[in-house]
Amino acid sequence: MSPILSVTDLRVSFATDEGVVHAVDGVSFDVNPGEVVAIVGESGCGKSVTAQTIIGLTRSPNATISGTATFGGRDLIGMPDDELRTVRGEHIAMVFQDPMTSLNPVYRVGDQIAEMIRAHRQVSKKEALARAGELLHSVGIPNPERRVRDYPHEFSGGMRQRVMIAMALALEPELLIADEPTTALDVTIQAQILNLLRTLNEEKNTAVVLITHDLGVVAELADKVVVMYAGQIVEQASLDELFYQPQHPYTWGLLGSIPRPDEIRPDRLPQIPGQPPSLRNPPTGCRFAARCDYTFSDCATLPGLESRLGTQHLDRCWLSADAKAGTR
Amino acid sequence: MSERPLLEVTDLVKHFPIKAGVVIDREVGRVRAVDGVSLTLHEGETLGLVGESGCGKSTLARTILQLIAPTSGSVRFDGHELVGRSQRELRPLRRQMQMIFQDPFASLNPRKRIGQIIGDPMQLHGIADGTQLKLRIQELLDRVGLQAEHYNRYPHEFSGGQRQRIGIARALALEPRLIIADEPVSALDVSVQAQIINLLGDLQREFGMAYLFVAHDLGVVRHVSNRVAVMYLGKIVEQADSDTLYAQPRHPYTNALLSAVPIPDPRKNKARERITLDGDVPSPIDPPPGCHFHTRCSSATERCRTAEPPLVTDGVGHTVACHHPL
Repeated sequence: MSPILSVTDLRVSFATDEGVVHAVDGVSFDVNPGEVVAIVGESGCGKSVTAQTIIGLTRSPNATISGTATFGGRDLIGMPDDELRTVRGEHIAMVFQDPMTSLNPVYRVGDQIAEMIRAHRQVSKKEALARAGELLHSVGIPNPERRVRDYPHEFSGGMRQRVMIAMALALEPELLIADEPTTALDVTIQAQILNLLRTLNEEKNTAVVLITHDLGVVAELADKVVVMYAGQIVEQASLDELFYQPQHPYTWGLLGSIPRPDEIRPDRLPQIPGQPPSLRNPPTGCRFAARCDYTFSDCATLPGLESRLGTQHLDRCWLSADAKAGTR
Repeated sequence: MSERPLLEVTDLVKHFPIKAGVVIDREVGRVRAVDGVSLTLHEGETLGLVGESGCGKSTLARTILQLIAPTSGSVRFDGHELVGRSQRELRPLRRQMQMIFQDPFASLNPRKRIGQIIGDPMQLHGIADGTQLKLRIQELLDRVGLQAEHYNRYPHEFSGGQRQRIGIARALALEPRLIIADEPVSALDVSVQAQIINLLGDLQREFGMAYLFVAHDLGVVRHVSNRVAVMYLGKIVEQADSDTLYAQPRHPYTNALLSAVPIPDPRKNKARERITLDGDVPSPIDPPPGCHFHTRCSSATERCRTAEPPLVTDGVGHTVACHHPL
């Protein structure tokens, strides 16, 4: 099975007044048809910039972008803006974190969805509006015929996120990029939206790139997990391998430091000391070394992202598999 | 725990009037943000308060501290009634009750230096002055994991986690007996979140203050709390010690809330039975009659639509407001 999206050596840096920020530094991963790939990491690790760059949202005079993102045989990174516009919406759609600011407050919700459909398809306004109603129905919004005439402020947060998902799915894209789709929502609403995303993934076979900081959400939805730290991928594995045989000390720290509702943790949570390095001037060696409990002399040089177990499981850590199995 | 509780809240109510009219304001409705809440908190104990956005948990926290004047009810701190006191009369007690806020960016004055932010409360209450003040501030900075030389810096020079440490040092400065923490870690990344949770735990073991810990993250609340109260639409629907509440929730809402949290363990996640609630939380302006939760509850009966269930406590201190508890 060939991947529908293949990102290779993606690098994004931004020139700022304080220097050049290397937000994404050599990221590569594949997304297979119908697969859910989660990119996890903390604020500033480059997960959102990675996603936004794939669909051309980081193009600006101060940004330097290199690498490739091959989608349907074509590279999105070098693609002219007008061509990219037809790919966006038609083949790749995106759902953002904040459903409050992603909709235009002065247009009716139905009109916004219809406008988007008419930008890509030769249909009448009436047909587009009818389709908007069907879409709202398909994402579980009650009374869709009436709701298409409502304005965004008349919807709750969870409902607005459903509208965003409806709009993203309007043209039946092969790939959906969801950037923290449930972060702004309450848990009971989050559960509804995660259910909706899973159903869409299973029924329409839409591939999903899920950007999140919440490992619970990852466990719920992902097939494959990419862990990012300071602009680089530090570990990449299938869902079960990442949770049950994590190979990178940063992943251990992330998994260990979550207070969980389902079990009692030690009085003091295991914590990762310190903070991530500045991306203006990242360390030359392993980027996690300053916060890692297991550093040794090799950590002064940057480890590559490699398979160290002889499987698809990749990690960026010099420790031997035996040492990892022993220390974790 | 037979001695007098440090904090005793009885039937606390806060309704915000909704007014309309051009010349004369008429009251056309009320937001029932806090609608008859009672709770107690003992010295050195942590009570977790959980609920979804809009359930009234933050309003409750602020009403307890008299930052918002309650509509009715009573708040007793160490035996002293707080409701009805003037600001001046409250001041000596304020010293013993401090607050930590959610947003580490909005809760520190950007134009003041760290030393001033932490030192001002001590000066206002006449605790320390001059060199002694400076020493005390540096000691506090050190205690919360910052450096003494941060004294002269401004808030914008710090990361979110560091700012939250500054907020904690400010709350700690007056040696309070009660700290109300309103979502103190929800703006932080997981690794930093663990650092702050550990710090709050260490400080409590060292100084023995009580925490009222308001949060929406059920994992965090379980970890920090001795007891947990669950709020829904302005009322507490269930309260128990934290292990009991998480292991055997009795209110259908608590049960649904716990089952909705995704657990960072794929196999366990798939294996457990999930309850998904339909719809959204109803508006607190016109909450449903009877049990507020009946519109989303799968076991609701006719009785739930008409009669409001009272809070009932069983023999082991597990309190629940439900006609058909689990």
